Amino acid sequence: MSLQRFVLKRGLVTIPLLLGISLITFGMVHAIPGDPIDFITLFTELDPAVEAEIRAEYGLDQPVYIQYIDWVTSAAQGDFGRSIITRSPVIDEIMSRLPYTLVMGVMAFGVTVVTAIPSGILAAYYRNTKIDQVSRVFALLGIAIPNFWLGLMLLLVFASGLGLFPVLPPTDQGLLSVEMLSYTLLPAIAIGTGSTALMMRLMRSSMVEELDKDYVRTARAKGLPERSVVRKHVLRNSLISVVTVAAIQVAFIISGSVVVEIVFAYPGIGRLLVDRVGNRDFPVIQAIVLLIGVAVILANFLADVLYAYLDPRIRY
Amino acid sequence: MSSDTSTTTTERGRIRVSGFDVDRVEERDPLSSWEPGLQAKEGRGRLEFAWLRFKRNRLALFGGAVIAFMVLLAVFARPIQAPPGVPLLGGQTIQPLSLAPADPAAQNIITGYTEPTLENTLAWPPTGLHLFGTDWAGRDILSRIMYGGRWSLSIGFIAVAVALLVGVPLGSIAGYYGGKIDELIMRFVDMLYAFPFIVLAIAVIAVLGRGYWEMILALVAVGWLPYARIIRGEILSVKENDYVTAAKALGSRDRSIITRHILPNAMAPVIVQATLSIGTTVLAAAALGFIGLGLSPASAEWGVMLNVEQDAIARGRWWAGAFPGLAIFLFVMAINLVGDGVRDAFDPQGDTQQSGGFR
Repeated sequence: MSLQRFVLKRGLVTIPLLLGISLITFGMVHAIPGDPIDFITLFTELDPAVEAEIRAEYGLDQPVYIQYIDWVTSAAQGDFGRSIITRSPVIDEIMSRLPYTLVMGVMAFGVTVVTAIPSGILAAYYRNTKIDQVSRVFALLGIAIPNFWLGLMLLLVFASGLGLFPVLPPTDQGLLSVEMLSYTLLPAIAIGTGSTALMMRLMRSSMVEELDKDYVRTARAKGLPERSVVRKHVLRNSLISVVTVAAIQVAFIISGSVVVEIVFAYPGIGRLLVDRVGNRDFPVIQAIVLLIGVAVILANFLADVLYAYLDPRIRY
Repeated sequence: MSSDTSTTTTERGRIRVSGFDVDRVEERDPLSSWEPGLQAKEGRGRLEFAWLRFKRNRLALFGGAVIAFMVLLAVFARPIQAPPGVPLLGGQTIQPLSLAPADPAAQNIITGYTEPTLENTLAWPPTGLHLFGTDWAGRDILSRIMYGGRWSLSIGFIAVAVALLVGVPLGSIAGYYGGKIDELIMRFVDMLYAFPFIVLAIAVIAVLGRGYWEMILALVAVGWLPYARIIRGEILSVKENDYVTAAKALGSRDRSIITRHILPNAMAPVIVQATLSIGTTVLAAAALGFIGLGLSPASAEWGVMLNVEQDAIARGRWWAGAFPGLAIFLFVMAINLVGDGVRDAFDPQGDTQQSGGFR
C-alpha cells in the first residue's frame, strides 16, 4: 500500500471517531438534569414571551437532533456560542488561552525528549549495570509522583525558597518574553517528569531489542566504530517505536497541564476548564472538552502516519 | 509502565535460561491439561503458581506491606461507628481503636513561641507534639493524613472494583459474540479513549456535581475502558481453544461458557491492569481534589489537603504540602510495585519475548 492510500484509509477512520466525540460532548450537556434555559438566564423568572424568544435564539425549541446538527456545524466553523459567565464568544476566550497551553505543552514535550531519549539510550547500552538500575529507580519514582505535587514542591524550592523563578506568572509580559518562558519551565518539568519516565523505559526496551539483532553483530564484526554502530544502526531503528508513543504523550501532557496549570496559576486552557466547571459554564466546558478530544484523535492519526512513513512494513 | 517491567523480565529471562525454578512451572502446565477431570483444580493451580512466583518478588512484597500498613492506619485512625440505620449494630462502635495522635478536626492553638499572628499561632512546623506539623487551622497533619486515607484509598479501591464490574462484562460480550454488538461497544470505547483520563473525569463531574459517589462515578466512567479492551482481546484468542468448542458441543449455555471456561483463562491481564489502576485512580482522585473538583474542603482527602494549603506551600510552609503529597506518592509507588509483581507472576515470560534475545 502506498503511503497516500494508508493516510487516506487511516483518515477515513478518524471521521466517525470525530463525529462520535462530538456526539458525546453534546450528549454530556444534555444529560444534565433541568432545563437548559435556566443555565442561560441563571434561574431568573421570565415572562413566557421573553423565554420563548430566548429559546428560539438558542435553538432550544428545535428537536434534539436539529440542535445537535446546528451545534456541530457551527462548532466546525469555530463558533461555540457565548460563555454564560462572561457573555463573550467562547472561541475568543479559548483562543486567548490556547497559546499559553501550547507553549507549555511544547516545553513539556521538549523536556521529555531531551531527558528521556539520552537516558534511555544510556540505560540500554549499559543494561544491567548501575546506570540501568539508577534509571529504573528514576522511572519508578517519576511514574508514581503526582505531577501537581511535584509542581508544588518545585515552586516551593526553586521559586519560593531559592528565588530562581517568580512565584506568580508575570502579567504584563508577552507570551514569548523571557520572563514568561522562564516561568513556564517549572510547570513544563512538572508535567514532563511522568512522560519522561515512561519514554525512557520505552526507549531502553526498544533499544535493548535492537542491540541483540544480527545486523548489529554484523556491523560490529566488520569493524565499524561502536559510535556509528549505535548512532547509525541501532538508534534509528529503535526510535521508530518511541515515535508512536508521542501520541500517548500528547494525551498525557494535556492531562498534566489541566492540573499543573492550577498549581502555577498559569493562564492556560486547563485552568479555564476547571474555573468554568466551578461556574457551570457549559458552552465553554463543552468546547474545551471537544477540542481536547479532537487534538488527541489528530495526534493519534499523525503518529500512525509517521509510523507508517518510518516503518513501511506496518502499512500492510 | 510496561516498558519498565521489561527490565525485570529481561533479568528473569536470564534466570530461566540458566535453569531455575521456572522450568518446574512449565512442566506443570502441560501436565495438568492432560487430565481433563481436574479442570477446577487446574484453575486453582494457576493462581497458586502465580502466588508462588509473587512471593519470591521482594519488591512487590514490600509494596504490598506498604499498602497494608497505609490501609490499617486509615482504618484504625479513628473509631468507626456503624450508621444508625443498620440493624443490630446501628449506632454502635464497630472499630474502637484510635491510632491517630489527635482528633483530625481539633484545632490546637499554640501561643508563646513567636509573635501571635494568625499564622504563628495555628500553623506550626513539625515538632514533637505534632510530628508532621499543623495546618492553617491548627489541625494535626499526621492525624489528618491517617484519617484522610479513608477517602483517598476507598475511592481507589471502590472505583476500580466498580469499573471491573462494568468493563469486564461489556468486554466479554463484545469479544464472545462479535459482530454488531462488538462494533457498537468497542467504537464507544474508542471514542471515550479520545479524552484524556482527567479531562473526561472533569467533564463527568461537571455534569454530576461534586461529592464522594459522584467522584467514584466519574472515575468509573473513565476507568472501565481498559478492562473492556483487554478482556475483549483476550477472549478473542481464548475462545478459539478446543475446550470452548467442546463445551459448546456439550450444549453449555453461553453464560456458563463465558464465566466458567473463558473468563478464568482470560483474566490475568485484567488483574494486572486493575492492580496498576488502583494507583492511577488514587492519583486522579487526588488531582481532582487538588483542582477543587473533588470532595468538600472539610474532608481530609489528600488532594483536598493540598488544595487548601496551596498558597501556604508557595509561601514556604513546606510541611503543609510535603506530607499529604508524600502519602499519595508512597501509595502509588507501592501499588505500582505490586502491579509489576503481579504481572511477572502471571506471565513470567511475557515481556521477555518483547525485549527479545532469549527465545
